[in-house]
Amino acid sequence: MAGQTDPSLSIFSGEEVEFMAEDEMVEIVPNMRMDPLNMLCGDFGPFYPQMATQVPLWLAIAMKKRGKCTIRPPEWMSIENLTRILEAERDSQAAFQVLPFHYVEISSLLFEYAPDDIPDIYMVRSLINDIRDVRFHKVETSLESFEEAHSSAVMVKDLSAMEVNLVRPFVGRALQAFYKHGSPELVPNPDGMSARRLQATDNIPRIDWNKFYIAYRLLSHAL
Amino acid sequence: MDSGLDSGLDSGSTEDYETDVELLKRAWRQEKSAPEILQFESALVRRIVEQIQLMEETVEEFTDSGIDPLTVSLYQMDLDRTQFLLRSYFRIRLQKIEKYMFHIRDNAESHLSEKEKVFVERCCADLQTHLEKSVLLQLPSTYQSVFRQSSEKETDMVPRPHLDTFVVCKTNASQRPLDEPFEMEPNVLYFVRYKAVKKFVEEGKIDLY
Repeated sequence: MAGQTDPSLSIFSGEEVEFMAEDEMVEIVPNMRMDPLNMLCGDFGPFYPQMATQVPLWLAIAMKKRGKCTIRPPEWMSIENLTRILEAERDSQAAFQVLPFHYVEISSLLFEYAPDDIPDIYMVRSLINDIRDVRFHKVETSLESFEEAHSSAVMVKDLSAMEVNLVRPFVGRALQAFYKHGSPELVPNPDGMSARRLQATDNIPRIDWNKFYIAYRLLSHAL
Repeated sequence: MDSGLDSGLDSGSTEDYETDVELLKRAWRQEKSAPEILQFESALVRRIVEQIQLMEETVEEFTDSGIDPLTVSLYQMDLDRTQFLLRSYFRIRLQKIEKYMFHIRDNAESHLSEKEKVFVERCCADLQTHLEKSVLLQLPSTYQSVFRQSSEKETDMVPRPHLDTFVVCKTNASQRPLDEPFEMEPNVLYFVRYKAVKKFVEEGKIDLY
C-alpha cells in the first residue's frame, strides 16, 4: 500500500540496539595481567591487577564472565544521581532529563552480568525501572501534541536509544499518515477543500492508544 | 564540533578519531534506517575486509603459538562483532535490491558495488522472465509489460522506496531540511521526513538513528 513502509527495513531489533550499546566504554578493574589488545574496534589495555582501565562494555562483560575483572558502574548509576533524575522527571511534564543515550541497555546488561559489582543493586534497579516508566509515560502523553506541532517533523530531545526504537514504528507511521492527509496534492479533494480545514473538521485518524500501549508492553517484555 | 561540515563521508563526525569499525557501524546504521539504497562504501568495505583477513590470520597464529586462550577468545569476539556488522550491512543492501530491483537498476545503479550490479541485473532478468512465462505472455499484448498496468500509463508497477518515510536523525551543525519551516538544532534527535534530509544524509551531514 502506498505510503506505508516495510518495518523490517527500518527498524532495529532489540538485540541490535543492545549490540550498539555494547560499544560504550566502561571502567574495569582487572585482577590479572594481560598484554594490550590491538583490536579491530580499537586498542585497549595493557591490563594490570587493580589498575582501572577503560574498555567497551562487550569486552568488560566477556572478561567479567571469566572472572577476570570487576566492572565499575558508571557515575550516573549512583543512587544519588538516579534519585535526583527520577524526581526531576516527575517534576517536569515536558522535558526529559539527560541520561546516556544507551542507559536502558547499559544498565540491564550490568544487572545481568555484573550484579555483584553494583552497590545497592535492588535500589538502583528499581530507580532505573521507575525512571523508564515515568519517561515512557511522558513519551506517550507528549505524542498527543503531534497534531498542533508542524506535523512534518517532531523533536525528540534527550530520548534514549531504546525509547526511540520503541516509539519509532508507531510515531513514524502516525507522522506519515498526518503528512499524507495534510498534503493537498496527495489527497483527492474535488471541491478544493484545503488540508487545514480537513484537519479542523477532525477527519484525521486518531491515535489508537490502547494498541500502542499493548505494543509497548509486548516490546518491553521482549527485551 | 563544526569540523565535520567540510570533510567528506569518511570523517564528518564529532569524534576526533574514528576507527574503520566505527565508520562501518555508522554506514550500517544509515543503511538500516534509510528507506532507499545509499551509496556503497567501497573504500571502507575494502579496508574492513583487509583488516578482517589480517585479524583472522593473527587469531590463527595466536591459537597455534599457544597464547593465553582468554586473549584469543577476546580477539575472536572482536572479529565476530566486525564480521556481523559487515554481513548485516551487505544483507540489508541485498534486501533493498530485491525489493526495489527495477527501480534501483534504472535509477540508482551507481550506488551499487560491482557485485551488487551483477546481482540486480540477474534479479531483474529472472523476475521478468518468471512473470512473463507464468502470466504476462498469456495476456493481450497491451497488458504484457512488467512495468505498467496498461500501455498508456507510466511505469506504475515498479515498486519504489517511499521517500516520505519518517526517519530519526540528528545533525552536528544546524541544518535547514529542504521544504521544512524550521531549523534542526544540533545534537538533538528528530523524526523528519526522509526526503527533507536526504541531501544531508548523502553528504554525511545528518546521521540517521
